Amino acid sequence: MTTYDFIVRNWPELMSLAWQHTVFVSIALAIAIATGVPLGVYLTFNRRLADTVLYLAGIMMTVPSVALFGLMIPVLSVFGHGIGTVPAVIALVLYSQLPILRSTYAAIRSVDPAIIEAGLGIGMTRAQVLFKVQIPMSLGVIFSGVRVAVVMSIGIGAIAAYIGAGGLGQYIFNGITQTYDAMINAGAVAVSAMAILADFMFGRLERTLVSKGLRRD
Amino acid sequence: MIELNHVTKTYPGASQPAVDSVSLTIPEGEICVFIGPSGCGKTTLMRLTNRLIPITSGSISVDGKDIMGLDPIELRRHIGYAIQQVGLFPHMTVRDNIATVPKLLGWARTKIDARVDELLTLVNLEPGTFRDRYPRQLSGGQAQRVGVARAMAADPPIMLMDEPFGAIDPINREVLQDEFLRIQDKLKKTIIFVTHDINEAIKMGQRIALLKEGRLIQTGLPDELLNRPADEFVKSFVGADRVLKRLNLLKVRDAMMTNPVHCRSEDSSEKVLEQMVKNDLAFLIVTDRDQRLLGYVNQYDLRGHKGHAGDVARKLTLTVSPERNLKEALSQMLSYDLGILVVVGEDGRIQGVLNSTTLCSLVGSTYDEHGGHWGRITAAGRIL
Amino acid sequence: MKRERPRGNYLTLAAVIIAFILGVEAQRRGYLNFARENPGDIYRLLVQHLQLVFYSASIAIALGLTIGIVLTRGFMRRYRETILNLLGICQTVPSLAVIAIAMSYLGIGRKTAVFALVVYSLLPIIRSTVAGIFQVDPALVDAGHGMGMTPRQVLFKVEIPNAMYIILTGIRTAVVINVGTAAMSFLVGGGGLGDLIFSGLAMVDAGLMLAGAVPTACLAIILNWSFERLEKLIISPGIPRGD
Repeated sequence: MTTYDFIVRNWPELMSLAWQHTVFVSIALAIAIATGVPLGVYLTFNRRLADTVLYLAGIMMTVPSVALFGLMIPVLSVFGHGIGTVPAVIALVLYSQLPILRSTYAAIRSVDPAIIEAGLGIGMTRAQVLFKVQIPMSLGVIFSGVRVAVVMSIGIGAIAAYIGAGGLGQYIFNGITQTYDAMINAGAVAVSAMAILADFMFGRLERTLVSKGLRRD
Repeated sequence: MIELNHVTKTYPGASQPAVDSVSLTIPEGEICVFIGPSGCGKTTLMRLTNRLIPITSGSISVDGKDIMGLDPIELRRHIGYAIQQVGLFPHMTVRDNIATVPKLLGWARTKIDARVDELLTLVNLEPGTFRDRYPRQLSGGQAQRVGVARAMAADPPIMLMDEPFGAIDPINREVLQDEFLRIQDKLKKTIIFVTHDINEAIKMGQRIALLKEGRLIQTGLPDELLNRPADEFVKSFVGADRVLKRLNLLKVRDAMMTNPVHCRSEDSSEKVLEQMVKNDLAFLIVTDRDQRLLGYVNQYDLRGHKGHAGDVARKLTLTVSPERNLKEALSQMLSYDLGILVVVGEDGRIQGVLNSTTLCSLVGSTYDEHGGHWGRITAAGRIL
Repeated sequence: MKRERPRGNYLTLAAVIIAFILGVEAQRRGYLNFARENPGDIYRLLVQHLQLVFYSASIAIALGLTIGIVLTRGFMRRYRETILNLLGICQTVPSLAVIAIAMSYLGIGRKTAVFALVVYSLLPIIRSTVAGIFQVDPALVDAGHGMGMTPRQVLFKVEIPNAMYIILTGIRTAVVINVGTAAMSFLVGGGGLGDLIFSGLAMVDAGLMLAGAVPTACLAIILNWSFERLEKLIISPGIPRGD
């Protein structure tokens, strides 16, 4: 059976796996954004902490995802969540944190001090400068960090199927154990398509989100 | 010597040629400035000379050899090249930057090291301090100096310089220009110097070529450009203050009265006073036997004084060197409210006197019709 | 601006303490039994893992640098944009998908694993090479040509040294990612430490898992650190370091 046939025949199942994949990636991402962006903003006010946190996050990133799953499961199984969606989501949050954190921190810090000065000079409070000047100006860069995080999460999410999180990775792993090429390809193609699509959509979103005055074309 | 013969460059897809049939000869040992508004083709014309840009038609020859017959790489290694952005290689030390071309030419290490130190000294950078620095540890002016040193590294007879002092502040630019002219005085390179600054052109150029939209509008000595602009474009380009700009070109030596009226220190005060009253002179320069400036005397101090004029001479601190340009001399006169400035050479001897009336009539008259009122103000020499 | 060193000493201390506590706990639970009883296996798999990373990284670096440099040459001007966009899209393809697809066409074995690893790490190297060379100040290239360097000399003496920082960062990223991806090559019969991790996961055997995961994680961190060191050695002190 060709990959195409496999996809056509198993379309509903493929879609439900894709949905599963989307759900846990989205949950992880929502958590990562909700924590990463404020933390990144906060770090711009605390240089010493920033160095430490970014350093740790950098080390975290170098730990391979497969190894992270391996490391986490013994720890989480203490709480009864050794395998399944929970460790997958936790791992994804940890991974997507760094690009979001790093881009937020870099973007806010890269705002021209003269502009901040100007904001304070016309009578804005520090908070107003942050929310009305620095953050709007940084949205584009922050968003590109989010975009990197999304693509990465979809990829790592595929590996999470091995620890029972479900999603499109299941086709790949099942296909490998059964040496069933069509199934492997279906999973690989679907997860790749998902990553490419997400990248494209977030790229579009990024363009609309950024103020027209800040666009470079 | 560089000869440009109907040089034309048309970029692919462009309707107008960037350089349009330019013919020009740059004699050996001269600085020729290419100047014009941006987009006039001056940089393109310069870059055609070392084949960084291929020529469309016409020919360029360097020392009688058509550049199209030479290997472009070999050609460039024998033409110094300095640009506005300096373009020092950030990953190399000052030494390695300067050594770039000598290394390409395969010089021996010891010869390169000696050359680097020689050049650093030439551009007024202490070799011991600067040799091992990286470009990011240099100020703008220092980087430009290294850039010039790098261009001269293999002692090329010809140099191309594209706004080499363009990126630095006006004060340092003046200093660098002066230093460079001093170096050029000794080395006598044939130089194409591109700039958009008319003041720089007048200062640096022995010959100026003014370009507009790829065509050569006027070429000549700086003085000719200021004095006899070919058309309205040249006139507006050199600026409404072109008469004042001429002051930059003229040296004190050109405008001073030589052999000015003076007395010697051993002359008797009474006689000097007598002559001063007779000639209606308020002040008089006092020299020694060798024409060295000692100071000046005035009538009040001489009155009733028995003895030598030298005894009552007052010190004269503000003097000017004959090599200064008139603009500097004039500004000195204006800022100290002096009607007269004594010209003293390096050996301390008086060479002449510059006075404001002469200055004005000189600039004005030569501007009108050359020559003029020189005769009227010729002075007398020793008063007794 | 001089960057303050992160508080490395405190961090190291904290890491050692945490590692100790975790170690004690792991010991208590018997997680370390496998590692203690089978050090030879772990060593063999570690060597295999390193070989996978070494072969694939060497090929990817050689290939990536070449392709990257070719892409920056003038004659590629017309196709450059399209190729880079395509590469950008390819880069979003997850590593597991690359390995899976490679397997379904090439079958099982170390060659498949190396092939997939090369493909996956090629992209960041190409992109960083292109980005690195393109950010070199055009004035430097102009100065090089103007002084009579041949195009090859301009490339090797001006462009590459000044692009080195970005290129090496790209290579480091690629190699570190490779360590992780190599763990997955067990799935296609490539061996390596993934063997222990995946078997551990499948058998829900924490001891097995840790025996694979801990060395893999350490390997990635150590390689990352060594490359950072290497960058300091290779890159001229004249080039300012961006963060």
